[in-house]
Amino acid sequence: MNGLRTSFPAVSRNEALARGLAAQFLMLMDPTVEELSDVKTAVSEAVTNAVVHAYRGRKGEVSLEFSEADGELTVSVSDTGRGIEDVELARTPFYTTAPEAERTGLGFAVMEAFMDSVEVESAPGRGTRVIMKKRIGGNA
Amino acid sequence: MLLIREGGVLTAVLSGELDEHSAASVRREIDSALDGGGAERLVFDLGGVTFMDSAGIGVLLGRYRKTAAAGGSMGIINARGGVDRLLRMSGVYTLCDKRRDER
Repeated sequence: MNGLRTSFPAVSRNEALARGLAAQFLMLMDPTVEELSDVKTAVSEAVTNAVVHAYRGRKGEVSLEFSEADGELTVSVSDTGRGIEDVELARTPFYTTAPEAERTGLGFAVMEAFMDSVEVESAPGRGTRVIMKKRIGGNA
Repeated sequence: MLLIREGGVLTAVLSGELDEHSAASVRREIDSALDGGGAERLVFDLGGVTFMDSAGIGVLLGRYRKTAAAGGSMGIINARGGVDRLLRMSGVYTLCDKRRDER
């Protein structure tokens, strides 16, 4: 068992910070190059969602948690922003609330493709938590 | 980023990490080159890109729309590892045509 819990302001330059932390934590689990890339990408998508959508330019915090148990990584990315009205719709590939800003609507699809499971809990006005799991080390 | 113009081909040589934070400046630079006119083809050389997420896909798709609206085409070359896998899963390669002289 191992874990890391941190939080940081929801600003775009911290997307790279979150990826770096993900890489550092995952290195303790002896990942393949591909697993490292997958997790960094999924974390980047979840944190970008919090930065772009949760607070819409207002100040806020993103909480990031990593934990490891029996070769499985769990990542939790949460915010206390505006929340998602319809999670199922938000998870639909290419659905976006901000097409004018060239948002592709692929964030959740990428998380789903690169992690084993993605769970989204959200309450309008209260915030969103994304919990992603992935078995590491190719010993699934 | 390095922008190379050869005849009607504009090649954008990207490097480092392409995410939501870095997307804006990449978008701005390429658009200003495209707005200068004369580009019939836009090629993204992603050989130096070490990380890309869906914000990067947004940059590519946005530039593709702009180029295609003016009758042009798009190419993507040298994508490696996770960048290549992301491009495959998002279907972006299907918007490109491959030219033999582009590596």
